[in-house]
Amino acid sequence: MTTLLPDTAPGTTSVTDADRVLPARPSLRDTVHQSLAMAWRATKKMRRNPEQFFDVTLQPILFTAMFAYIFGGAISGSVADYLPLIIPGILAQTALTASMATGTQMREDMDKGVFDRFKSLPIARIAPLAGPMLADLIRYGTAATITILVGLAMGYRPGGGVLGVLAGWALTIFAGWALSWIFCWLGTVARSAQAVQGIGMMIMFPLTFLSNAFVPMETLPGWLEAFVKINPVSHVVTAVRDLMNDGNLTGEVGWALLGCTVVVAIFAPLAVRSYSRKM
Amino acid sequence: MTATNAVQAHGLVKTFGAFRAVDGIDLEVRRGEIFGVLGPNGAGKTTTLKMLATLLPIDGGEAEVFGVDVRREPHRIRQLVGVTGQYASVDENLTGAENLILFARLLGQRTPQARRTAADLLGRFGLEEAADRQIKNFSGGMRRRLDLAASLIARPPLIFLDEPTTGLDPRTRGQMWDTIRELVAQGSTILLTTQYLDEADQLADRIAVIDRGRKVAEGTPDQLKASVGSSTLHLRVADRDQTARAAAIVEQVLGEQPVLTPEAGGLTIALTDANRAADVLIALRQGEVDITTAAVRQPTLDEVFLTLTGHHADDENKEVA
Repeated sequence: MTTLLPDTAPGTTSVTDADRVLPARPSLRDTVHQSLAMAWRATKKMRRNPEQFFDVTLQPILFTAMFAYIFGGAISGSVADYLPLIIPGILAQTALTASMATGTQMREDMDKGVFDRFKSLPIARIAPLAGPMLADLIRYGTAATITILVGLAMGYRPGGGVLGVLAGWALTIFAGWALSWIFCWLGTVARSAQAVQGIGMMIMFPLTFLSNAFVPMETLPGWLEAFVKINPVSHVVTAVRDLMNDGNLTGEVGWALLGCTVVVAIFAPLAVRSYSRKM
Repeated sequence: MTATNAVQAHGLVKTFGAFRAVDGIDLEVRRGEIFGVLGPNGAGKTTTLKMLATLLPIDGGEAEVFGVDVRREPHRIRQLVGVTGQYASVDENLTGAENLILFARLLGQRTPQARRTAADLLGRFGLEEAADRQIKNFSGGMRRRLDLAASLIARPPLIFLDEPTTGLDPRTRGQMWDTIRELVAQGSTILLTTQYLDEADQLADRIAVIDRGRKVAEGTPDQLKASVGSSTLHLRVADRDQTARAAAIVEQVLGEQPVLTPEAGGLTIALTDANRAADVLIALRQGEVDITTAAVRQPTLDEVFLTLTGHHADDENKEVA
């Protein structure tokens, strides 16, 4: 008779020793390993559904060109003068849109049968969430790269040089990743993927448009300026501008990094808790 | 410590709002046996299994798996239990091999070793030709087999099978049964749910019958069937007006009243001994009752239900839906 059970590999459990002492929770090393396996799954999925990349490839091209040509003359006098203002703004906007998509897709994924198996496995509860978010760094990277390339093609000459641009690029990706934890949490509490998208839109539009992403703050009425000043997106946009246009590591960069870290610190535990409790 | 049962549950309760899906169920599954949980749709079988597998929080009662508390130590339970669901829980977007590699990696294997485990299991379950195909394109039986293979990667000592053959064709069903028997032969303990009496009969050492969230009977398949008679005689009389007369004759012969089926003219008679069927038929002939059909069958789940609960398994469906 051929046996059905796999040969006992070192480190795996065996039928005969149901009474051995088992670890009560996954170690940090296991958690990292499991998150990476989940990220691997997400990249496999991306390769098979390339339409997932529409929002991070076409959208930055469209928005950069559109916004620059429409508002450039009105706001900065010329398209060329507007580019240093708008490129960091578009970067923040695409990061936010892409992170919203992360939450929506994750919600969709959670409705599938395979998540039942993930829940039944002895793995860290954060791994099924952290994996796809890790893989989505590829999406944020793509979005940021394309936005910068379109800008350069349109005549954007960042004063911060290669290093400044790279730093701005990296900050954008980090911000997108950090914000995606908000949408990931939304995904674990919302009823459906459509709900995540709907709520996401309501969060995304005010955050991007009521910021300094597209217009100088000084032109706004006082009450709105007050909101724009505390809007975290404004801080990210200003930080990216400082890095890319001036090559300066200003306090704004510090604030942006701190803000993003706080978002992760709040929403990652919330997301994991609601995922492991409800799902 | 080897004396502890594979599953020891007492007074399990699960409520969804005002609805008590599981209403105080006790379960005791011994090591190395196949334990069947039998019941119609919506009886609370899957919910019970999900609670024991840490997939649903337990609202009341206690449960231990190999002596480990299910509520307090979910991570330990997940190392002891392999779950194969009613709807294959494998990733549609991945191929057969990728699925197994993913689960092996999640269970702590390095990639090269995970590849070997995947190839090994695909071979054992006869899924080699499906290794590089996406699950989307798998047949129901192949999905089910892959799902079961995935549950075995960590060689869990206890395996939960939630309706393992629902929706499978008879041939695939037989293959699944063979697979389950092999697993037990290799030392696993199995807790399975099913809607089919013959499946429980074929596989299980002991059966618990669940109805409306409660356990209504428990025992070996033989004990259960004995409670409804070892077989049933189904008769239809030619003249419906003679139904009552036929029933009276049957009662005279067997000392028990037959169940009259809704389309008047039909009689269902529980037999403790199949040989008594002939006595009934002779008595009907002598009483000049014409019959159009006569058949001796094993009791169906519905008949077990009728006897145990006083209502048809189907009634339950309608109420829950």
